[in-house]
Amino acid sequence: MARRARLRLSSRRHLRSISTLGAVIRTPRGAIGFGLTSLIVLVAGLGPFVAPYSPTAFETVPFSGPSSQHVLGGDILGRDVLSRVLNGGWVLLIMAVCATAFGVIIGATAGISAAYLRGKWETIIMLTVDVSLAFPSLVLALMLVSVVGPKLWLIVIAVGFSHAPAVARVIRSASLDVSERDYIKAVELQGVRPAKVMRSEILPNLISPLMVETGLRLTYSIVFIAGLAFLGLGQQPPAANWGYMIQENRVGLSSNPYAVLVPAALIAVLTIGTNTFTDAIARVVIGVDRRPEEAALIDHLTGPESR
Amino acid sequence: MSTTGPGADKSGTAGTPARLETRHLRIVIASSGADIVDEVSFTVRPGEVLGLVGESGSGKTTVALALLGHTRRGLSVAGGEINLDGRNLLSLKPAELRSVRGGQVAYVPQDPSAALNPTLSIGLQLRETLAYHPGAVDDVDARVIDVLRDAQLDTEGGLLKRYPHQLSGGQQQRVALAIAFSCRPGLIVFDEPTTGLDVSTQRGVLETVRSLCRRYNTAAVYVSHDLAVVSGLVTQVAVMYAGRIIELGSTEQIFRFPAHPYTRGLIQAVPSPDRTEFLSGMKGQPPGPGSRPKGCSFAPRCPHADKRCSDEDPPPVVARGRLVRCLRVNEIGDGLVVGRHAPMPVSRGAARSILELKGVSASYGRNRVLFDVNLAIQPGSCTAIVGESGSGKTTLAQCIVGLHPSWSGQMSFEGSDLPSGTKRRPPELLRRVQYIFQNPYTSLNPRKTISQIVSQPLEHFSPHLSARERDARVAGALEEVSLGLAFLRRFPDQLSGGERQRVAIARALAVEPDLLVCDEVTSALDVSVQAVIVELLRRLQSERRLAMIFITHNLALVRTIAQSVVVLCEGRLVETGSVEQVLEHPADEYTKRLVRDVPKLERGAAAT
Repeated sequence: MARRARLRLSSRRHLRSISTLGAVIRTPRGAIGFGLTSLIVLVAGLGPFVAPYSPTAFETVPFSGPSSQHVLGGDILGRDVLSRVLNGGWVLLIMAVCATAFGVIIGATAGISAAYLRGKWETIIMLTVDVSLAFPSLVLALMLVSVVGPKLWLIVIAVGFSHAPAVARVIRSASLDVSERDYIKAVELQGVRPAKVMRSEILPNLISPLMVETGLRLTYSIVFIAGLAFLGLGQQPPAANWGYMIQENRVGLSSNPYAVLVPAALIAVLTIGTNTFTDAIARVVIGVDRRPEEAALIDHLTGPESR
Repeated sequence: MSTTGPGADKSGTAGTPARLETRHLRIVIASSGADIVDEVSFTVRPGEVLGLVGESGSGKTTVALALLGHTRRGLSVAGGEINLDGRNLLSLKPAELRSVRGGQVAYVPQDPSAALNPTLSIGLQLRETLAYHPGAVDDVDARVIDVLRDAQLDTEGGLLKRYPHQLSGGQQQRVALAIAFSCRPGLIVFDEPTTGLDVSTQRGVLETVRSLCRRYNTAAVYVSHDLAVVSGLVTQVAVMYAGRIIELGSTEQIFRFPAHPYTRGLIQAVPSPDRTEFLSGMKGQPPGPGSRPKGCSFAPRCPHADKRCSDEDPPPVVARGRLVRCLRVNEIGDGLVVGRHAPMPVSRGAARSILELKGVSASYGRNRVLFDVNLAIQPGSCTAIVGESGSGKTTLAQCIVGLHPSWSGQMSFEGSDLPSGTKRRPPELLRRVQYIFQNPYTSLNPRKTISQIVSQPLEHFSPHLSARERDARVAGALEEVSLGLAFLRRFPDQLSGGERQRVAIARALAVEPDLLVCDEVTSALDVSVQAVIVELLRRLQSERRLAMIFITHNLALVRTIAQSVVVLCEGRLVETGSVEQVLEHPADEYTKRLVRDVPKLERGAAAT
């Protein structure tokens, strides 16, 4: 019975962050962001199942314009652009999500540790962060990939690592405030181990900045990975990829512009969507972190949804 | 509602026209229309001070700000008038309002360190107000010197060139007073201006306020939650509850013969430095802003309430020379009931002290804050540590519990040495000494449920307990602090300040400590809640034979809760002894001053 009670308690905690997301979606900004993002996710995710042709089959005349058989025309090698568009997103999306998750986890761990442990750990972590911020991350990624070869996992790790320092800075400053709170001292007074204090006392209080940071980093990851693909560092031909499609088809821009414009537009809409949604989260979150006396008044002013 | 408070008729100023007349003021939440303040009417004549008294959330600050023609964001004035010298402030245009503010009505904020601009010198800030009101005075420099002298600030020594952070809290508040009085306004609104100050500083600032209001015949509204402060300063008192004035009358009437059950409850909750007595807090909590229940808003907490009270909205009636909003005012009689209890005997000699400090000194970096403190805590007794801010009392507490590891000297717990930091103490020792933080708004993790918060130390110290045993202990601890099981699943932000502090106490008690260190545990709470918490701690301490260290700046509380007292001054222990001895026959100069300066609530009825 006790276990069930505990389960219910922890599900309540999740409900709280979900209700924040719910509040975000209810704002106009959040609705637009969520709508745009889900549209692209649907296209990329369901695309492979509904594509009319194989993305790698030569079906039509190179750079032929739109026709009833080939709605978006043909690409440089005469493959169906629509089918390639529908197939060319999901790898990009998965890579972006993985790179973001990787970067945020590493960055957040470093940031929380620096803020809570202080002393020499903080010096070591923050020095590393500062040094890596000084590196041009794109050049670093290019170098790595050109040495090892265009492996997808390597790109994910490289992009993830390039996010980590910035995430670490943001999360460190957010956790500095939390680690000074009395409720952290209350746990320290019991002699609880630092790792546990960070995990179960500090981390839950960083959900809001983490959500904002994750959204922002996701936007960067998408642009970054699509950009690398444009440079040929991604899936290798003949696989379809929005970034690489822009690169391979730009010579035929005048005869079939859709082969370039459609993948470019999809990337643009996706980043605008994730960015708008993140912006909406940030706005809701700013309204949540208030002093309790004020919060009591404002809760009465705005109703419980804003919590 | 008659707008002339009956209390005002008795004072000698009845003939003069009102300086401030507030009529049926109603302030609502703009989005929902629910009222925060309703039917607030009072009159203040030149030279009079009206005390606006209430607990947090009663709407007193909202009223105070409205007197300056200001409402906080999200609120709007829905009706009523605020007439200053016959001119309705609420109908003025923004530009007109600006010329009135500072010139005819001034405001003294609660926290001067936040209200003074840290980047401007004191002189500039004083001249600023005068510069905005060019007609107010001919010679600005002479006036600046004048008001500084009035506020008892040193005019020599380059004060004008200094910046706010270079002044003490008391000096900052005097600067705020000087700014407020600089244009000789007809009305000054004081919003708890002495809340953050030490008793001696507070006494000085209050005396300045009193003498300045008298000298310049200023009308004043003094907002406060501290009845003792108000009782010595004001001529009229308006008690607010749930956005309404529930009792309005002269100071003597209200404090000697309170008529409304809420006023009585408030007065009974104020601890007295002269007597050892039960504090009776009020059960329940006030309705939140904007959610007043049907009928009398105090009925759910009122010991005299009957069926009529929860149905009918009590109109303001004149009873025994004051205005009261109570249906049963003529049935419930008057007078206060004050219970007393004999102080607990402290067994001396026989019992070995549970905690002993020998020559403990502590420092922050190079800054020494504690000098050679010797202290012994008896098992089963409560020792109060008293001192003003900066006296090192919190540092001493943190050294004892292990939060402040850099101290020297010797501490022993039941005869064995107490290592300095929490990291060097064995778990068993950490369990036996528990600490309760000052501010319950920051001591509970906002992302955890009450159940998680209270069970956390249990999980840590007694990992062998089964989930069922642990849950039973958590439920037991919550029951001891009179919180029901319904609280288990709530989050801290769903709780009031008093409830949060009870959760913090439950968390400490759940692991069955031997020594409980309470650091200013009631200073963030309202008086009625403070009374409940203090009585709770007193009961738990005597039932469990706990040793307790109760740190406070409030001497009046010491009398109620402790058996022995230790006075700290600038990091040194200046006096120690039993409560009666120290409070009645203080030996040290510092203690004498503390005892003299503590504001006392003059309640004649209680003494008889």
